[in-house]
Amino acid sequence: MPSTNDWINNPLGVVEEMFGKIQVETLPHDSYNTVPSLNDVPLHYLKPNSLVKFRCLIQDMFDPEFYMGAYDTVDPSTKAKVLRCGKYKDVTECGVDLDSANMVTSERQTFYCVPIPGESPWVKEISSCARVVPSTSYVPSRQKRSYEDDDEDDMDTQPQAQGTPAAAEAQGNGDSKRQETEAPSGQKASSPPLDLNFPLPGEKGPACLVKVYADWDSFKLNDTMEVYGILSVSPALSALSDQSDTSSSLILDPAECMETAEELRVHSPPASLVPRLHLIHTQRLAHNNPLLPPAALEDTLASTLGEMVSVRAELLAYFTQLLLGDVLAAEYLLLHLISNVYARRDVIPLGKFTLNLSGCPATAGPAYTEQLYCALQQLVPSAYRLSMTLQNMNQLRLVPRKDYVANRLLSGALQLAANTSLYLDETQLEQGQLDPAGVRNITALGNVISWQKVDYDFNYHQMEFPSNINVLIASEGRSLLPSDCHVHLQPQVTPPNMEAYLGSALTAQSSSQLNKFRLYLTMARTLDYSISEEVTKAVEDDFVDMRKDDPQSISADDLHSLLGVARLLCLSLGQSALSTDAWSRAKHIETLRKSRSEPQGCLNGNEP
Amino acid sequence: MSSPMSTPGGKRGRPSNPSTRKFYIRHRCNSIGLAINSISVDMSSPLMYGTPSSRVDGTPRSGARGTPARQRPDLGSVRKSKQVDLQSEPSAADGAAAAEQPAGQRLVIWGTDVNVATCKEKFQRFLQRFIDPSSKEDENSCLDLNEPLYMQKLEEISIVGDPVLNINCGHVSSFDAELYRQLVCYPQEVIPTFDMAVNELFFERFPDSILEHQIQVRPYNALKTRNMRSLNPEDIDQLITISGMVIRTSQLIPEMQEAFFQCAVCAFSARVEVDRGRIAEPAVCRNCNTTHSLALIHNRSMFSDKQMVKIQESPEDMPAGQTPHTTVVYAHNDLVDKVQPGDRINITGIYRAVPMRVNPRQSNVKSVYKTHIDVIHFRKTDEKRLHGQDDENEQRLFTEARVQTLRELAAKPDVYDRLSSALAPSIYEHEDIKKGILLQLFGGTRKDFSQTGRGNFRAEVNILLCGDPGTSKSQLLQYVFNLVPRGQYTSGKGSSAVGLTAYIMKDPETRQTVLQTGALVLSDNGICCIDEFDKMSDSTRSVLHEVMEQQTLSIAKAGIICQLNARTSILAAANPVESQWNPKKTTIENIQLPHTLLSRFDLIFLMLDPQDEAYDRKLAHHLVSLYYQSEEQLEEENLDMAVLKDFIAYARSYIQPKLSEEAGQALIEAYVEMRKVGSGRGMVSAYPRQLESLIRLAEAHAKVRFSDKVETIDVEEAKRLHREALKQSATDPRTGFVDISILTTGMSATARKRKEEITAALKKMLQSRTKTPVMKFQQLFDDLRGQSETAITKDQFEEALKALCDEDYLTISGKTIRLAT
Repeated sequence: MPSTNDWINNPLGVVEEMFGKIQVETLPHDSYNTVPSLNDVPLHYLKPNSLVKFRCLIQDMFDPEFYMGAYDTVDPSTKAKVLRCGKYKDVTECGVDLDSANMVTSERQTFYCVPIPGESPWVKEISSCARVVPSTSYVPSRQKRSYEDDDEDDMDTQPQAQGTPAAAEAQGNGDSKRQETEAPSGQKASSPPLDLNFPLPGEKGPACLVKVYADWDSFKLNDTMEVYGILSVSPALSALSDQSDTSSSLILDPAECMETAEELRVHSPPASLVPRLHLIHTQRLAHNNPLLPPAALEDTLASTLGEMVSVRAELLAYFTQLLLGDVLAAEYLLLHLISNVYARRDVIPLGKFTLNLSGCPATAGPAYTEQLYCALQQLVPSAYRLSMTLQNMNQLRLVPRKDYVANRLLSGALQLAANTSLYLDETQLEQGQLDPAGVRNITALGNVISWQKVDYDFNYHQMEFPSNINVLIASEGRSLLPSDCHVHLQPQVTPPNMEAYLGSALTAQSSSQLNKFRLYLTMARTLDYSISEEVTKAVEDDFVDMRKDDPQSISADDLHSLLGVARLLCLSLGQSALSTDAWSRAKHIETLRKSRSEPQGCLNGNEP
Repeated sequence: MSSPMSTPGGKRGRPSNPSTRKFYIRHRCNSIGLAINSISVDMSSPLMYGTPSSRVDGTPRSGARGTPARQRPDLGSVRKSKQVDLQSEPSAADGAAAAEQPAGQRLVIWGTDVNVATCKEKFQRFLQRFIDPSSKEDENSCLDLNEPLYMQKLEEISIVGDPVLNINCGHVSSFDAELYRQLVCYPQEVIPTFDMAVNELFFERFPDSILEHQIQVRPYNALKTRNMRSLNPEDIDQLITISGMVIRTSQLIPEMQEAFFQCAVCAFSARVEVDRGRIAEPAVCRNCNTTHSLALIHNRSMFSDKQMVKIQESPEDMPAGQTPHTTVVYAHNDLVDKVQPGDRINITGIYRAVPMRVNPRQSNVKSVYKTHIDVIHFRKTDEKRLHGQDDENEQRLFTEARVQTLRELAAKPDVYDRLSSALAPSIYEHEDIKKGILLQLFGGTRKDFSQTGRGNFRAEVNILLCGDPGTSKSQLLQYVFNLVPRGQYTSGKGSSAVGLTAYIMKDPETRQTVLQTGALVLSDNGICCIDEFDKMSDSTRSVLHEVMEQQTLSIAKAGIICQLNARTSILAAANPVESQWNPKKTTIENIQLPHTLLSRFDLIFLMLDPQDEAYDRKLAHHLVSLYYQSEEQLEEENLDMAVLKDFIAYARSYIQPKLSEEAGQALIEAYVEMRKVGSGRGMVSAYPRQLESLIRLAEAHAKVRFSDKVETIDVEEAKRLHREALKQSATDPRTGFVDISILTTGMSATARKRKEEITAALKKMLQSRTKTPVMKFQQLFDDLRGQSETAITKDQFEEALKALCDEDYLTISGKTIRLAT
């Protein structure tokens, strides 16, 4: 049985050893935490062919490829044949005997993975603190290798790299390494820029080609997962793309001329920028909150369930402060943040709760909505603020589109992981004309809100991908987009200096307090929910009674949203079954909310 | 010795250019002597039969006089993984790659179990004897089905002169399963054998015919693989058929087949064949023994056409949540430029895998293979849709087990109720509407009366849903759109007439005019869901008139005049004009749609909020249960949707019910009955259109039962459903009777009667006071109201005035009314 250390440092050796015996490449369970992560360790600190992990989202799926699963190599001097295993490798050993009968062709699938889009800074910080420092011994050697081999043409990186051996030794210091990762990416701009295809603009981090050897049908686009695999950065991979760019000498070889330069660049980018990862183990992530590790879920659940009510009260107070003293809006915001599409009944997604927060004070300019976003970003694991300016709407690519020239899926801002908070800032929208692209973008946003689906554009047809995005719309009047729930903000306080007021509210929260909130929000989302027979009966009676009094007062749609609110209310209190109390409370706050929005409807035009 | 060649100049090797022609002549002897086209086969190929590599000129001897063989780069272009070392395998070298089997003196091609002679004989027997009386393929339409099919095709070749013989592998398989297995497993060896066989047979029969080149066999419809996703390493070098959509085609690539070298010293020329993409450049001139004196002469070398085509999985074949796969396909010679991006095609070809070299100067290879398919046959799947007249040849494959389950389901007495409740289970109640939509999904039987001049009868059922906002009309539409494979979803607000029909576009690059089809054409054989039907502009709606009855779209613009098929069912949803449905008004008044359009809907349903306690209770229960059902229960329902999908697809393609005697009688009775109902009150209550609707609905109901005959129960249900829909939508709010004329003329019979009464009263009043030929509008209105015992609205009064005006009894100018004298 190979030790954890063997697995991390020499996984290929372990695999080779197991090859020919029963093929069970299983990772020892205790090793998960000791594996260095590609998310926070810069690529050139990692030893090639070592075991690494990567927290990512499947952005694109490439075509399956056939590779030599097993092959014979011939030693040119002795003519001795050795059977080799080709799994988990990109390049074969020298002297392959192409005509050998022992050659086994196998199939594997490649996924293009990017870090989880919109991952909040606090998630990155916490997970990089939690990680185990890789042993320093191999670091310099990898560093040297890297620059000798892949970057011969980029001489300017060499001085940078040599200038930082000290930083390399100071492993615990995260900051110096950040600079390091940014250095190559900044320099990348000077060479022909390689678009790493991140869904959101301004994202950083490594993208990765993950090679999957089994069960690839179970993976879906936009899945988030943590992959454990063997890092392959063989310079030979990038040499290929250099070759075909410059020399046309191989045109006669049919294998070479079937791809365009763009396609080659996308499908075999330099390994120094997009490393290959040969998958050994996957862990699907239900959420990317590092405070709630999947293994410890049960324990944490039991211990914190009791606290949920008190944490909820604190969080509510915090939100009330942020929303200028509006308790009702704060409650709805809380419900919104724990909403989650938990099922779909034919076309209807259940559990979505899009909130439209209108009446955001416009006098303070973008400051208010921006700071509100900052506050939310500190609480949810991934979030993105889309400022709905006319320019953005007309120019941004929201819906992913297939690029047939490069044969890849060009990402769009709506290609988000499940449970990402999408914050639409409609206060930024000004008068003007939407062009066709803008109209399509607005329609796409509307589809996400109403059906929780994004129709990816495949040029000749569209393909529907389900999404699970929490959309929050901040607007002055009622939003032009549909929403499940519209709350008009009624500020109780009017601080003279909005920025200072919110700033102080933000900084007042200690980090342990914030962690409590973060844990709470993720926990509430994962709870189960049910409705007992009696409560069902009570709800039915209630509905019938209400309809009896005034059939116009409540329709089937209203009941839908009422049930949704009741469900979220229960979850927010840590209850997993609907109680009559929660039901009447849901009715109460819905009535409050409606009474608020109805007169507001006519006042809208006169609002400052 | 082998060195990679550089790109051959820009010279394109079209078959018509001189270099190619030269080649044909030169090869005559060689290929005819052996009766196989040996050039296409590289050294590894077993079909070489010890062909001398030097070309000895000789006179053509027999058979295919004057007809050159043509290379088949689709068969023998690349083959690296399975080559035979001629030196190390003496058995292969001797007798040309044919090994002797110890048992019975049988020669087989190396690496296979194909015996050339047997194979040839079997194939010739197949050609001579195969008869398929039940053939339905369109291309066989003019052939005699009781004669050997392929012999007729050979005759066709001798007349038309197109030397390509397409062979349906399904035929081979049904005739000789062993031959079929060999064809699929060793296409590279078997297809040249077929070529050989067919040419022998052909020139024996038609010794005088002249062809451009020898006949090439193109098999298609190999049942090996259907889906691109299921391709795996075992399929390498086998004959496969996959379906997909063309997404990109490359420029034409001239591929060198044979290099021409000339010695710079003595002008001695040498030809070298390209072997697996490489050319062995002769280092020494055989004539003058000068080293490195030979230079490549591009324009005397031989090139063949090649084109890279990228195909992508069709969206129907894909599992949810994954991106479509793509495959590279190479088309050769005359298959180049046969397909264009956007075409849906079936490809038959040989699947190849080639190892990639990291660096030509390094020996270690990347452990990945490049895969592609060498095309042998293209078949466009959507071609027929333009020509029309197909019988829904969807070729959806159902496994035996699946068909069994479907049949079992169909045999259940309550299948109709089961299916309708499986339809959009999240939407509560509206049983009849769901049943209507279910019948729409199945559709009627397509009938052709073009011989009698009536043209096609519409088989599609159109449905209009109207009702209060928030009654889940849109959800129902979304559900249907997701259920049917060829569905389109548009919203009346956002679509223009052009977006629905078709438009002409100039391609910016090629300057070609391209016909782009819109939602209605795209949903041919499917369902077009139109939401917010009432918000549609009148001009847009007017295009629907033709589609909804004639099922075609006529286009006359930019020099293109054509008629496209749009055999689509329309499922539309409309909201009432005054946000809430007004029960005091008729359907027409509520939704303000022209009655000409409304009468084209077979069923018009109202979706109203019923406001009744029992209903409310059930609705609440239904909604609450939505919120706590567990994953497994949901899973079960998803399964239902898949079954429903297959059930519909199966019934649509295989069940074509015909009216039985009794059913016909029942329909007649029903129609007469409907006419009778109205005649008592002096109005027409049914038109032939209603009868047609009944027939369609009855047929659809028979399809649900998987019955080939429409029986009385089908008619009963059609009648019931039709009546239900009428009761909802065509009830005259004034009298409470069902009145079809609301839908057909836009006005109920009672309303018309009332109008006539008022007009008469007005005329009478005017006649009584002929003294004053000029009077005020308002005054006259008041007078008439005072005289009448029933209330008269201003609208009614104006209508009456207008009617009199039309009679030339009076003239209206502004607010004054003048009697005509």
